[in-house]
Amino acid sequence: MERDSVKDQADSYVTDDGRTIGPTVMEMKNITLRFGGVEAIKDISFDIREGEIRAIIGPNGAGKSSMLNVISGFYVPQEGEVWYKGARRPPMKPYQVAQQGIARTFQNIALFEGMSVLDNVMTGRLTQMKSGLLAQSLWKGKAEREEIENREIAEKVIDFLEIQAIRKTPVARLPYGLKKRVELARALAAEPTILLLDEPMAGMNVEEKEDMSRFILDVNDEFGTTIALIEHDMGVVMDLSDRVVVMDYGRKIGDGSPDEVRNNQEVIDAYLGMAHD
Amino acid sequence: MAKPLKRADGPQSVPALLHRNAKEFANAPAYREKEYGIWQSWTWSQTRDEVEALALGFLELGLDEGDFVAVIGRNRPYLYWAMIAAEMAGAVPVPLYQDANAEEMAYVMGHCGARLAVVGDQEQVDKIIEVQDQLPDFERMIYLDPRGLRKYDHSKLDQYTAVQEMGRANREKHIAELEARQAKLNYDSTGVMLYTSGTTGKPKGVVLSNRNIIETAKSSSEFDNLKRTDEILAYLPMAWVGDFIFSVGQALWTGFCTNCPESADTMHVDLREIGPTYYFAPPRVFETQLTSVMIRMEDASRFKKWLFDTFMAHARKVGPAILDGKKVSFMDRAKYALGELMIYGPLKNTLGFSRVRVGYTAGEAIGPEIFDFYRSLGINLKQLYGQTEATVFITAQPDGEVRSDTVGVTCPGVELKIADNGEVFYRSPGVFVEYYKNPESTADTKDAEGWVATGDAGFIEESSGHLRIIDRAKDVGQMADGRLFAPKYVENKLKFFPNILEAVVFGNQRTECTAFINIDLTAVGNWAERNNIGYASYQELARHPQVMDTIQSHVEEVNRSVAEDEMLSGCQVHRFVVLHKELDADDGELTRTRKVRRKIIEEKYADIITALYDGSKQVSTETEVTYEDGRKGSIKATLEIREAAVQPTSHQMAAE
Repeated sequence: MERDSVKDQADSYVTDDGRTIGPTVMEMKNITLRFGGVEAIKDISFDIREGEIRAIIGPNGAGKSSMLNVISGFYVPQEGEVWYKGARRPPMKPYQVAQQGIARTFQNIALFEGMSVLDNVMTGRLTQMKSGLLAQSLWKGKAEREEIENREIAEKVIDFLEIQAIRKTPVARLPYGLKKRVELARALAAEPTILLLDEPMAGMNVEEKEDMSRFILDVNDEFGTTIALIEHDMGVVMDLSDRVVVMDYGRKIGDGSPDEVRNNQEVIDAYLGMAHD
Repeated sequence: MAKPLKRADGPQSVPALLHRNAKEFANAPAYREKEYGIWQSWTWSQTRDEVEALALGFLELGLDEGDFVAVIGRNRPYLYWAMIAAEMAGAVPVPLYQDANAEEMAYVMGHCGARLAVVGDQEQVDKIIEVQDQLPDFERMIYLDPRGLRKYDHSKLDQYTAVQEMGRANREKHIAELEARQAKLNYDSTGVMLYTSGTTGKPKGVVLSNRNIIETAKSSSEFDNLKRTDEILAYLPMAWVGDFIFSVGQALWTGFCTNCPESADTMHVDLREIGPTYYFAPPRVFETQLTSVMIRMEDASRFKKWLFDTFMAHARKVGPAILDGKKVSFMDRAKYALGELMIYGPLKNTLGFSRVRVGYTAGEAIGPEIFDFYRSLGINLKQLYGQTEATVFITAQPDGEVRSDTVGVTCPGVELKIADNGEVFYRSPGVFVEYYKNPESTADTKDAEGWVATGDAGFIEESSGHLRIIDRAKDVGQMADGRLFAPKYVENKLKFFPNILEAVVFGNQRTECTAFINIDLTAVGNWAERNNIGYASYQELARHPQVMDTIQSHVEEVNRSVAEDEMLSGCQVHRFVVLHKELDADDGELTRTRKVRRKIIEEKYADIITALYDGSKQVSTETEVTYEDGRKGSIKATLEIREAAVQPTSHQMAAE
């Protein structure tokens, strides 16, 4: 498609379906991540632009989740730089990254099983709460006001993701597909600039996948949230994303629009299981 | 209390009632809706302002007197206001079923020639966009929830609040015109047009005048002594006449508060939170609730289960009598009071029925066990009989005269007569004006003297004066040997078993009756779980031999009960199949109000019916299904045909 050729130069462009994609908000420069002698990520560079849905795909063990963990600050790469909003990001703790507006969901759901859906979603607001421990325990004045403000945001997310009916239900009692949606809700409650989704459709049936796809598109559309996602289901990735990074054995083997990636010989080989020599 | 309301010279239209309430009950709550987890409420004067702003907006958009405004969406205060605002502007509101598919919508909107549509969300917007080329009169759409609609072409699309804003900004320009139009409204002007779902043919537009709405609301409110302080939960389809009369007619007449749930899924939680005092539900809802109570009791500890069983047995014995104010011994009363404290009270609270003063069920026959269960808890559940053409009320059960097998005595102002063939006719102030653009059907249904044919066969019980309905008049037929065939009578008996969701009985002009059965996935699924029976789908569970055995025992029990009634003993079910799919409104097998469409089912499953009569042991079939999003697929299955034991009847014995 022609828009792909111009977008690398332009500051921002408008997609076929009328969304505006802005300038680069995050850039990974020559990232290398090692675990002992194993190189999980080898010299990878790519960028994420404001308002786009950026997918990272690849076969098992390609290093996709490691990449997401680098973005979320959980792993600090041995080489390379992470640039966020035009500045180089020093190594920091995941909660600091979260405070900067990067929220995530997990491949294996990481919710507080014993807590209600509402409480789980409210934990997404934690990084925004400023009142101290004492004020929160007494729940007076500022703490109370803060709670009300945060509850309002949490409720809007609950409404958006259509989980009102399970608001007070303990997460442990929910089916898998709904848990995934609650995780998305918690991430959204943080009002992130960039939302990282680690295999949001894993283990879902077709109907649940369709629902989740619609929510991802709606989040991107309504709130203008930039989304970076890892996904196995090629069909889903190709339908959802604006640009795709393809990884294999820790290397980047493709980067571009879904169409470009689909026709990339190296990508085809990786997915069809060509012998590596 | 409010001042006594004037009668003959009272408000003559729905908007006039709103103005009266805004003045007299200004700060009392009129509408409530749960949003973002909190109940938001509007007083009567706020409601008047909101409605007026929207009506002014309609005028700014160029709505003329006599135009039609379609209203589509789930129950929300905004949509009720849209209906009142349309009438204020001299137009006619037409609520549509929100789950109607695009073609059904196109038919109705095309038939009335709606110029405006007020819709709930993107789903409805998409449906109308899909068919708007077929609608030459259609101009603009107004939506409530902007989600997903930001990128849509807004040349024919406005947000609800924007229209209200437009109305407020142009108040000076249009207020005189709006008031003039309202002044012209009287008892004879049209208040609303409702399309009947119709078990046969295309839906018909039932025109109801302000007289129909207000007179009915008035007499029915007095019948049950409804008060301003009453609360209702509006959750039934807005296109259904009952919802219009409860949430607009009676609500405006008495001035009680209408509460809208947060979403369809939260209905039960919202019901508990609101605790309505006046409640309406079709039998299906009561059935589902009872099923879920029973399922949960199965999982309760042995002591709790014992407590529940003991007190429920006592409640069945004396509960209805206490409710009817009959004589009950002191010991029984004391035990019932203890039960109220330990079981009935908490259970009613869980169900959201703690405060119900008047509860109604209608639309279908309700199983006596279900009916008695709720009444024994002390919930004043009653039955009424009505239809769209009567503005709901034909007969209803007065307090103290409640039974599961009648539909009550005539409502105030209603006259009743039974034709020679058993069909019930009525005449009342609620009788509809006409079917829109359909004089033939109007003439067929309503005669020159104002008598309306209900299409139902029934009789008036001499001892009590209550009406009893047997079946749809056109469905009542004859067996080949001349005995009476009343399929619904048998189907209802079958459906009273929690395991059976739907049943269709065949046998008109044949020697024996046969039946299609749909199992209830919740009830049977739970049973399967407790008995460690694995299943992957509805289809697999439906053909499980043990499920078939259970259904067979139900059918045989029904046969025994049917055989007791001499007139209907020919309707015993000789053979049946458990269908491989649930009958569904999307496939046209049921109406949107879930009534069986016999003709369509007979044509669609002709192969299975043939097999039921030619002595086959099983039948292979393939059925087309429509998914919720309109895509089509097909299901293949081999169904087992079961024989059910029948009781010898006097007729047969005489023949032998």
